[in-house]
Amino acid sequence: MASLITCPHCGSRPKEEFSIRGDALPQRPAAHAPDEAWHAYVYLRDNVKGVIFEHWHHVGGCRRYLVVERDNVSHDVLSVTDAARFRRAAASGQDGVVAAGKDLA
Amino acid sequence: MTPHRLSTGGLVNRAMPLRFSFDGKPLKGFAGDTLSSALLANGQMLMGRSFKYHRPRGPVTAGSAEPNALVTLGEGARSEPNARATVAELYEGMAARSQNRWPSLSYDVGSVNSLFSPFLSAGFYYKTFMWPASFWEKVYEPLIRRAAGLGRAVMAPDPDRYEKAWAHCDLLVIGAGPTGLMATLAAARAGLRVILADEDFRQGGSLLSETAVVGGLPAADFAAAILAELETLSNVTLMARTTVFGWYDDMVFGAVEKVQKHVALPDPDLPVERVWRIVAKRALLATGAEERPLAFGGNDRPGVMTAGAARTYLNRYGVAVGRKVAVFANGGSGYRTAADLTAAGIDVTAIIDPRTEISRAQVDLAGESLRILSGASVTATRGRLGLAGLVAERSGHEEVIDCDALLMSGGWSPVVHLLCQRGRKPVWSVAHQAFLAPDVGAAFVPAGSAAGLARLSACLRDGAEKAVALARDLGFAAYDTDIPPVEGEYDPAFAPLWYVQGSKGKAFVDFQNDVTVGDLSLSQREAFGHIEHTKRYTTGGMATDQGKLGNVNTIGIVSGMRGVSPEAVGTTTFRPFYTPVSFGALAGTARAEQARPTRRSPLHGWAARHGAVFVEAGLWHRSAWFPRAGEKTWREAVDREVLTVRENAGLCDVSTLGKIEIFGTQAAEFLNRVYSNAFLKLSVGKARYGLMLREDGIVFDDGTTSRLGPNHYVMTTTTAYAAEVMAHLDYCAQVLFPELDVRFASTTDQWAQMSLAGPKSRIILQRLVEDDLSDSAFPFLAAREVTLKGGLAARLFRISFSGELAYELAVPAGFGEAVADHLMEAGREDGICAYGVEALNVLRIEKGHVTHSELDGRTTADDVGLGRMMALQKPDFIGKRLSTRFGLTAADRLQMVGLKPIEPDAEIRAGAHLLKENAKPSTTNDQGFVSSACYSPTLGRHIALALLKSGRERIGEKILVWDRLRESEVLAEVCSPVFVDPDNLKLRD
Repeated sequence: MASLITCPHCGSRPKEEFSIRGDALPQRPAAHAPDEAWHAYVYLRDNVKGVIFEHWHHVGGCRRYLVVERDNVSHDVLSVTDAARFRRAAASGQDGVVAAGKDLA
Repeated sequence: MTPHRLSTGGLVNRAMPLRFSFDGKPLKGFAGDTLSSALLANGQMLMGRSFKYHRPRGPVTAGSAEPNALVTLGEGARSEPNARATVAELYEGMAARSQNRWPSLSYDVGSVNSLFSPFLSAGFYYKTFMWPASFWEKVYEPLIRRAAGLGRAVMAPDPDRYEKAWAHCDLLVIGAGPTGLMATLAAARAGLRVILADEDFRQGGSLLSETAVVGGLPAADFAAAILAELETLSNVTLMARTTVFGWYDDMVFGAVEKVQKHVALPDPDLPVERVWRIVAKRALLATGAEERPLAFGGNDRPGVMTAGAARTYLNRYGVAVGRKVAVFANGGSGYRTAADLTAAGIDVTAIIDPRTEISRAQVDLAGESLRILSGASVTATRGRLGLAGLVAERSGHEEVIDCDALLMSGGWSPVVHLLCQRGRKPVWSVAHQAFLAPDVGAAFVPAGSAAGLARLSACLRDGAEKAVALARDLGFAAYDTDIPPVEGEYDPAFAPLWYVQGSKGKAFVDFQNDVTVGDLSLSQREAFGHIEHTKRYTTGGMATDQGKLGNVNTIGIVSGMRGVSPEAVGTTTFRPFYTPVSFGALAGTARAEQARPTRRSPLHGWAARHGAVFVEAGLWHRSAWFPRAGEKTWREAVDREVLTVRENAGLCDVSTLGKIEIFGTQAAEFLNRVYSNAFLKLSVGKARYGLMLREDGIVFDDGTTSRLGPNHYVMTTTTAYAAEVMAHLDYCAQVLFPELDVRFASTTDQWAQMSLAGPKSRIILQRLVEDDLSDSAFPFLAAREVTLKGGLAARLFRISFSGELAYELAVPAGFGEAVADHLMEAGREDGICAYGVEALNVLRIEKGHVTHSELDGRTTADDVGLGRMMALQKPDFIGKRLSTRFGLTAADRLQMVGLKPIEPDAEIRAGAHLLKENAKPSTTNDQGFVSSACYSPTLGRHIALALLKSGRERIGEKILVWDRLRESEVLAEVCSPVFVDPDNLKLRD
């Protein structure tokens, strides 16, 4: 957890303004994707110790979903990116969503 | 002057006497006193009773680590239990009471516990109170709670105000002693925004107790001079009476400011305490060091305290803690204190020093006339409620020494608490014989004696130098600050002594929780050797002082018992708060009705004028029913309202429904993906019922969405899920489908929305609306803007939750009450009534409409009879894929049905379970449950909606409704969930 999150739209804001929705990396499968892909998307999550990507919803601010890259051991926030931007960057042929977070930070 | 107050010296204002009371006895102190110094000045050394054995106790410190001198301050609702007398600033009229004693402090029946101490050793309640198990809650625990304890909280509401605030700075300096003052000065001169926080009501820290001369001034005057300069600087904020209690992520510090805890009657316009969150770019820990007590027999007798405490009482408060004082010390602090006492004319009988080699400087400091027993230890003390003497032992010879105070010094421990709160452990230093702060990076560093430095001159230099380094790190051009010279420093060297072998009687390590050396030994023998286990088994370090004095001795003693170094034993975990923080301060303004927001509908006033009884639904206060004269029960009002709607018309406030305006060229596509049913072809001017699923295929929420223009929709959600739906739409639009051109905003609070339902609703509404409302002009599911007579633009939706001909009319919130009044007036001759959510609930149960009682996070669309809402021909929608998996389509799923009791006047209650007719009442025979139930005035009987295994195949079956909670069993017939107008004739009237 972090005490302050630097929202790309609102600046440095206290964590109480946000609600956390969880892992930002799973991508919604195509409608026709196999059962296993859908099962994994809805139910399976890695329990990573270290660097994680999470969706933080700035409910008490701009109401944008942000992708917060942070270390859940040291609590350091490594990057904060608007989720739509993160998703577009990931979709536009860059090397996966993890790279998207780093490039946009 | 009182018996122990010196005629001169100290920082108290003898020209300003203050009256206070202790256990009802009127006493006098001076401005600048703490409660503890004022009590000592009055010869009152006995201040409390210990937690377990009720042993008489006096103060052992003069600061915030105090374990013994806990009192209750204030009276009535302002009573504050467990306040430390050693830091409580004396004020005119202070009323203090001792705790954990009966009938009085000096005669306490509970001290009989001391005689039973062999049975009350570490872990006693784990062993003694094992059998029978049921006795724990009923007998043992209440007994223990009554016998052991501290102050009692009062039950009366706190009359005072609290608040919270944020502060921001370049540098936070924690502690305003010599280190902190020099650091603040150096950083302030470099231009940094500095906050200097200190828990004391007078800034200066150890300088206030110091006899050395600093920069040519007495130490306290030197502190005052620096503070005077700091006060002139606009970039410095001095925060006195402010304890920094926690260090959190991202360099956020928690602090509590005691704004008005030093006055008898607080100014009601100000808070009594304020919790600060301080965001600092850099921070300096200048919290100093804590002097260690020594563990020897009878070391808890009132009159035994640390040497530094006695020095503070003497030099800062002008109080002699005794008239005949002995010192038991293993280092310089004891010698310095002895010299100060001698200079003040106090008789120092002896210095007992376990070391055999003592530095020349320390011996010289004591002076020639002072008796030094080197290589000696104190093994026991004498006295009952106060100290009368001690037994010193040297090479097997014992000597009794008379004294009324015994000052102990076991060396110093840096106060590193804050630096250890985020997971890093302190590091044992052989050179310092102390735990030092861990390296947590360059942003937050310790300085001065908090960093292990012992000499005043070194602290002054370290504070200034570290501040300059931090300033430069932040890009400020900082120059070295002149370090003032110090005259009269002493040699602070000490040799560790963890406990005295051959002690007679109890040697306490944790004073407040009565943990002795013997308890630590027992925990080692019983295999609770890990320091965290030792802590839990003995309760050492678990009291309100959190082991500030005792923990390091515990570690040292355990290391000796285990034959390893203190480093190998390690420390327990450091967590906020550094010192106790009141619940009031943490709650701030968020209490009682301010604990959470209250949401009132724009029609709240209208409902109140019609006599509504309100019910809390989430944050909302909703009108539940509108009782009329003569109606004795809520049911009478609700039955009348339901029948009025069915026969005439009723007006209900539905403003609390979530309302979301949706715009965009791809809004239709967006809606088509978030709803399970089709939305692409909804035409302008029409409303449609919509069902939202979660991605796992379970129903999420329902509501209507109307198309007001080609690219403009307005969605309604249920009251309960308005915020969740809005967050869900945000997620869909931003994360899942960012390519879609759609924007939306919540307008829940912008519209007053009322439901006008009943066969006469059209006639009544037409009286207010310019537009033609005939069925052909405004048919079922029409939705568009209309003009009210007088010109107000409104939104009208022909939708129905009750099953009657019905409309929902939305007007801008500020016009709500006026429009509702006009509708009531327009409908008076047709018998209109106001109805509340209770009647609304009955109407929808009669009609078989679902709410979140049925959409309970476990049901699919098909379960609740909405299978037709699943447009599986659409390429994709949220929840589509997993909605068709086996588990969600199984034939024996619970399906929604209606229930009618066989006996016409029998009652069914929600929550009851369903069993086959002759099945034994047991959860293994469970067939489902009742989700909603009511008395239907329309049918004249109780009815219910229920979720029943394969329910739709079982229409006509008799089923047992088993209510285990209310001990009732009712036989009911399974029927269609639509009790009223199954062919929807009324809707389309």
